[in-house]
Amino acid sequence: MPLTTTANHSTLCEEKTMSRYFRNFVAGSLALFSLGSQAQQNFDDVEIEVLPVRDGIYMLVGAGGNITVQTGVDGVLMIDTQYAELSEKIYSKIQELSPAPIRYIINTHSHPDHVGGNANLAPLGATITGGNVARLQEDAGDGATIVAFETVMNNMVEEKYPVESWPSETFFVERKDMYFNDEGIEILHQPNAHTDGDVIVWFRKTDVVVTGDVFTTTMYPFIDKAKGGSINGVIAALNTIVDITIPRAKQEGGTLVVPGHGRLADEADVVEYRDMVTIIRDRIKALRDSGMTLEQVKAPGPTQDYDSRYGSNEGFWTTDMFIEAVYDGVQG
Amino acid sequence: MRPASHSRFIGVFLVCSSAAVLSTQANAQFDISGNWRALIHEDQPERIPGPDIMEYVGLPINEAARIAGMSWDPAQLAMPEFQCRPHPSDYGSRHSNLRVWQEVDSASQKTTAWRTHREWQEPERTIHMDQRERPATYAPHTWQGFSLGTWDGNMLNILTTDLKRGYIRRNGIPRSDEGELQEHYIRHDEFLTIIAVVKDPVYLTEPFIRSSNYIIDPALAMAPYPCSPAVEIERAWGHVPHYLPGQNPFNGEYANRYGIDLDDSLGGAQTMYPD
Repeated sequence: MPLTTTANHSTLCEEKTMSRYFRNFVAGSLALFSLGSQAQQNFDDVEIEVLPVRDGIYMLVGAGGNITVQTGVDGVLMIDTQYAELSEKIYSKIQELSPAPIRYIINTHSHPDHVGGNANLAPLGATITGGNVARLQEDAGDGATIVAFETVMNNMVEEKYPVESWPSETFFVERKDMYFNDEGIEILHQPNAHTDGDVIVWFRKTDVVVTGDVFTTTMYPFIDKAKGGSINGVIAALNTIVDITIPRAKQEGGTLVVPGHGRLADEADVVEYRDMVTIIRDRIKALRDSGMTLEQVKAPGPTQDYDSRYGSNEGFWTTDMFIEAVYDGVQG
Repeated sequence: MRPASHSRFIGVFLVCSSAAVLSTQANAQFDISGNWRALIHEDQPERIPGPDIMEYVGLPINEAARIAGMSWDPAQLAMPEFQCRPHPSDYGSRHSNLRVWQEVDSASQKTTAWRTHREWQEPERTIHMDQRERPATYAPHTWQGFSLGTWDGNMLNILTTDLKRGYIRRNGIPRSDEGELQEHYIRHDEFLTIIAVVKDPVYLTEPFIRSSNYIIDPALAMAPYPCSPAVEIERAWGHVPHYLPGQNPFNGEYANRYGIDLDDSLGGAQTMYPD
């Protein structure tokens, strides 16, 4: 079924249908799944839930990482795109929130549950032209601009993502800013945390922080060592979020935090998670510093008080894998 | 005919009156509003001076909770992120004076919600009586959680979910954000009893039940409780106070002071019951 677009940019998209995008992309993206268990997921049953966050900002939950959508007079800005198989459902929900075109997609990192829909969704949008145009001049206005830290691009090239899904605007410094829908937006690189390309996105007027996978409410932090992740980078990122967020009275609400996975949160939730990760890091470091091997460190159960809340013995990220990643990360 | 009509009238009147009484009972609106002074005559040493560190007797906790408690450093409470937190609703009934009032829909005159305010840190709760849907799975959790109430005779039953992580006891024994609170508010003339049942699949092996009594006090005035967090102790960026396993300097202090076996002092469901 062809996807219709708004009158303002229908000519950009009139030949583009979701089925076309699926043909081009789904098979490729499935092959990229490093998170094996999720490759088996039946996306037909997935519903995209929309949770209003604040003043034109929404959190979309389906399968994979949470999506954040900002709507306003300038159009739609979205952060992360989940899996390619969900793009049609996601786009339908976004159109319910705003008929305006998607102008920007910001990727928090390069994992497929966060960038999988790039190639489907970006062409359905339209870059604002007239200023700097990151793509070729003839492509100006054709498709949303995909913004990410430079190493996200490197990872996606290395992993042979389709060209259409690659970031079209990258940066390599610690902070990139932009002004969109009447508010300043800061994109802050978090070095060597969940991966080597993580960013957190801070909507300064709306007072919402989008964290990507450096913060979740569902599991121990997934430290992707192969892509440059590290325990100390995760903790530094969590402390940065705690620095940015300001709670209202009684340490609740105020700055809202959209996690990479899980429920909408605030500073107190990040503090609990930061404390948990820091305490576990400190315990494992103390054990390692005392000369213990990895197996000896695992024996006393350094995560035992948090396992039934955040741990797992199966899936792509087990408690054992987390302990191993921390053990490696506290060396020296 | 007249006697028959008269008796029919009386019969209809009685039926209608009975129905009205039954309706009133089914939608009982026992008045629990007012200013309630906390009596704090149960568990006073725990509730006012505070529990000893590593005093877990009487708590149906599992090993995970015990480890978390032994790791807890009270220095945490001096961190700016913790200074202005109110007690979560499952602990609030243990501590502060209480104000209760109701919200009434003017058209139907039905109570749509009970509201509560506590003195310390001024947490306020809304106990919805309209049986609305609970928040979405991905909605934020809060200190006071989301509460739905129903009347059972003169007892107000409340189920609270969507809580932020809190504590079973103020010495580091946690209650997870997957826990829930079942409460029963019972008024006996000038007394109010709140029975709180906490369930937590993460840290409790059995429901944990506490009761707290209050007395009505129309003259009770609650002072405001403003709070502004401040850095009180200079710490390294990201420092989190806690004790490493085996390094808690208070280990055994409570057991020794009261001559209790150390294992017993560390709680568990078996310490809730008589031998």
